[in-house]
Amino acid sequence: MVGQTAGVKPFEHIEVPHIELRSSRISKLLDVLFRNGLLICALSILAIMALFFYELASRSQLTIAKFGLHFFVGNTWDPVSGDFGALPFIYGTLVSSFVALVLAVPLAVGVAVFVTELCPRSLRGIISFTVELLAAIPSVIYGLWGIFVLAPLLRTYVEPWLAKALGWTGLFDGPAYGIGMLAAAVILAIMIVPIIASITREVLVAVPQNQREAVLALGATRWEMVRMAVLRNARAGIMGGIILGLGRAIGETMAVTMVIGNRPEISKSLLAPGYTMASVIANEFSEASDDLYLSALVEIGLALLIVTVIVNACARLLVWSITRGRGGQAHA
Amino acid sequence: MPNLNRPVSSFRKLSNLAFIGSAILASVVVLAPLVAIFGYLVMKGVGSLNLAFLMHLPKPVGEDGGGMANAIVGSLMILGLGSVLGVPLGIGAGIYMAEFGHGRLVTLVRFTADVLNGVPSIVVGISAYALVVLPQHHFSAFSGGVALGIMMIPTIARTTEEMLLMVPNTIREAALGLGIPQWRTTLQVTLRTASKGVITGAMLAFARVAGETAPLLFTAFGNQFWNLNPNQPTAALPLQIFSYAISPFDEWHRQAWAGALILILLIVIAVSAVRVVTSRGTMANNA
Amino acid sequence: MGVGIEVNNLNAWFGKAQVLNEVNMKIGPNAVTAVIGPSGCGKSTYVRCLNRMHETNPDARLTGSVKVGEMEIYAPGTDAVDVRRRIGMVFQKPNPFPTMSIYDNVAAGLRLNGFTRRAELDAAVESSLRMAALWEEVRDVLKKKSGASLSGGQQQRLCIARALAVQPELLLMDEPASALDPISTGKIEELIFQLKTKYTVVIVTHNMQQAARVADYTGFFLMGKLIEFDKTEKIFTTPSDKRTEDYITGRFG
Ligand SMILES: Nc1ncnc2c1ncn2[C@@H]1O[C@H](COP(=O)(O)OP(=O)(O)OP(=O)(O)O)[C@@H](O)[C@H]1O
Ligand SMILES: [Mg+2]
Repeated sequence: MVGQTAGVKPFEHIEVPHIELRSSRISKLLDVLFRNGLLICALSILAIMALFFYELASRSQLTIAKFGLHFFVGNTWDPVSGDFGALPFIYGTLVSSFVALVLAVPLAVGVAVFVTELCPRSLRGIISFTVELLAAIPSVIYGLWGIFVLAPLLRTYVEPWLAKALGWTGLFDGPAYGIGMLAAAVILAIMIVPIIASITREVLVAVPQNQREAVLALGATRWEMVRMAVLRNARAGIMGGIILGLGRAIGETMAVTMVIGNRPEISKSLLAPGYTMASVIANEFSEASDDLYLSALVEIGLALLIVTVIVNACARLLVWSITRGRGGQAHA
Repeated sequence: MPNLNRPVSSFRKLSNLAFIGSAILASVVVLAPLVAIFGYLVMKGVGSLNLAFLMHLPKPVGEDGGGMANAIVGSLMILGLGSVLGVPLGIGAGIYMAEFGHGRLVTLVRFTADVLNGVPSIVVGISAYALVVLPQHHFSAFSGGVALGIMMIPTIARTTEEMLLMVPNTIREAALGLGIPQWRTTLQVTLRTASKGVITGAMLAFARVAGETAPLLFTAFGNQFWNLNPNQPTAALPLQIFSYAISPFDEWHRQAWAGALILILLIVIAVSAVRVVTSRGTMANNA
Repeated sequence: MGVGIEVNNLNAWFGKAQVLNEVNMKIGPNAVTAVIGPSGCGKSTYVRCLNRMHETNPDARLTGSVKVGEMEIYAPGTDAVDVRRRIGMVFQKPNPFPTMSIYDNVAAGLRLNGFTRRAELDAAVESSLRMAALWEEVRDVLKKKSGASLSGGQQQRLCIARALAVQPELLLMDEPASALDPISTGKIEELIFQLKTKYTVVIVTHNMQQAARVADYTGFFLMGKLIEFDKTEKIFTTPSDKRTEDYITGRFG
């Protein structure tokens, strides 16, 4: 108020220290340097991706020129005579990943639904932590466990039983080695469950609570609520998680190499040994003596890169559109 | 109009029970392998774990005893080299995405980082081979470090970005409003506020690549002897576990289990420490 | 036909916090009852206790008895799913199913109950949408448009139609118009007026003019207690409790 200002002393008695402000030109320069330094870091991510493509494409020119598309349909792999066809590896990768998905998807969705919709809050933390731990186990340890625990288990109990019960389908034919396509698929399934489960959980949580209440208020059971309000709204995101899991299965190397048997043959039976694209690179790359052999392996790597980039791009787009774009409102 | 006055059908009740039953069953089946893997690791690993294992070099086939001392040290060396490359680049890229995060370029970088995360590690191995080993004409710890460092970048970049985005804008504005230049604001105010999360992200990325084997197969390559020269082929714990596991010798199998136990302990300790420090569970506190 | 409601000694908690305290209320059939009171006094919790939605919250607890028509909804043998089928609910924020067409939204409850015959569903969907005064606006896009593509007011009427399709005996509405513009609000109020001929309605509202316009009875809640429950006219003209009067005059100015 006006009347009071008269009595207030000015700041005379306070000593203001003299500060030398840094020249704004220097600080501007630092800002520009800082920004560009960060830009280089960010661009390094693009550079790495470009480099992957460049290195793999340029070092597989020999086989690309010599075999063309035949490389992907030929099924002889004979380094000695220089004849390279990658079909057995492509087949092994596709079949092991597909069977792994068939095993993993119901389990992963089941555990995610259990954690978000059913389980008591006290259990929630424990289960999620355990699933996170599964994701943190290195693949070489999965492989070790696969060789010495899973394979004998499959050989003595599971495979004889499968051969007896389902042998007529041709899918479970022949001797039970333990090591083989089935073992690879089981290990892969265990490895991709955490990926699918955690993405599924994320999209389930993003489904608004009012959707659940709407269904419950109509007189729905728990299952009907999950089916109509939760899974239905989250299906695009779950699909994203599944595709992400597929990408991981396709590229997984060590665990598969250790249990699949590493034989470049196409066999209908899941009990038979097989070979995958990643495994053949892991096993033969450092032994590849001549340029053509090396080029063949690098070309398999290039195919692997292209496929996983496409798969991951699709998955990311799906998951992004759900978790940030629309807050759980899926497509109509 | 249809008549609705009838009780909930037993079919609906049964399907509900079947649903709850299968969800519980799925959870048990998912958790079982974890118990089995840890159980076997401890059972088989503890027996072969002793001071010699941690202190000695591998013995030739047929001789008992020996250890993986060189592989443990080698792993740490390769991981150190990888971190020197991956941590600064990853954090830098994360800061750029969070603080200058508008426009197409940033969206592209973010997307590429996510896709890069899904590129198989064996492909990273080939690239590091082509990039470092071929020009140098020999395997080396350095090339292994390059492979692991490249794998760390996208993970660290994305977690750093996420952590920085959680820092409220008012904090940035307060600092900028005081006339503090952008670079100082970002490093000393924003990044510092988010430091716990950023460190967590870096440690998780570290834990993730610590167990990687495939990218080291034709970069670090492995070595049965001591080597502290980053320009020489170097042993690594995961490589050693791999080659012992696929060998035909019982003694080596035992050592593989012991090595796996050491490796998993390192990783679990890192992951749990991070979880305790940040006490911000991912699966737990939502919903 | 609507049913009466009898609430006896109802207490409700979230964790340790008691939100409803010894509530008793008796409502006749085919009446509209408004529930009013300041924010946080327990209005939503109260109506959610009337169809067993309260217990869907893991922290929730409750004692007392609620009788809707002949049904003791908290009796040991009573199935919550059945209770909720018989009691419709409309929420504050419209919540149509975004992945379903308008038709499927309305038919959802019937399908749950095992009705799949085309003709039956068609008839029920049409009559429910007509009752919700939405039929004329959506009849041409029934199966083409998703529930989420409608305007806010239309979405809320869609949700009302969805609740009506399963022929509830009692309709609970938790601030059904609070997120809507005045025109949509008017439509919903008109609708409540008409629903009264067939249903018993309990409506939570923040808007006292609205309570005065649509309700036959009004209950005033304060800090979890039912302070006064009487004919709307009486509550708004000569309330017997000082607190009711303060609240009402404070709002009416
Ligand atoms: N999910 C919940 N968990 C814990 N406490 C809750 C929960 N929902 C409501 N409460 C508490 O219960 C009390 C009553 O809440 P309620 O939602 O019934 O109030 P209301 O009268 O509907 O308020 P409004 O008019 O704002 O909608 C409040 O104190 C609130 O904090
Ligand atoms: Mg409310």
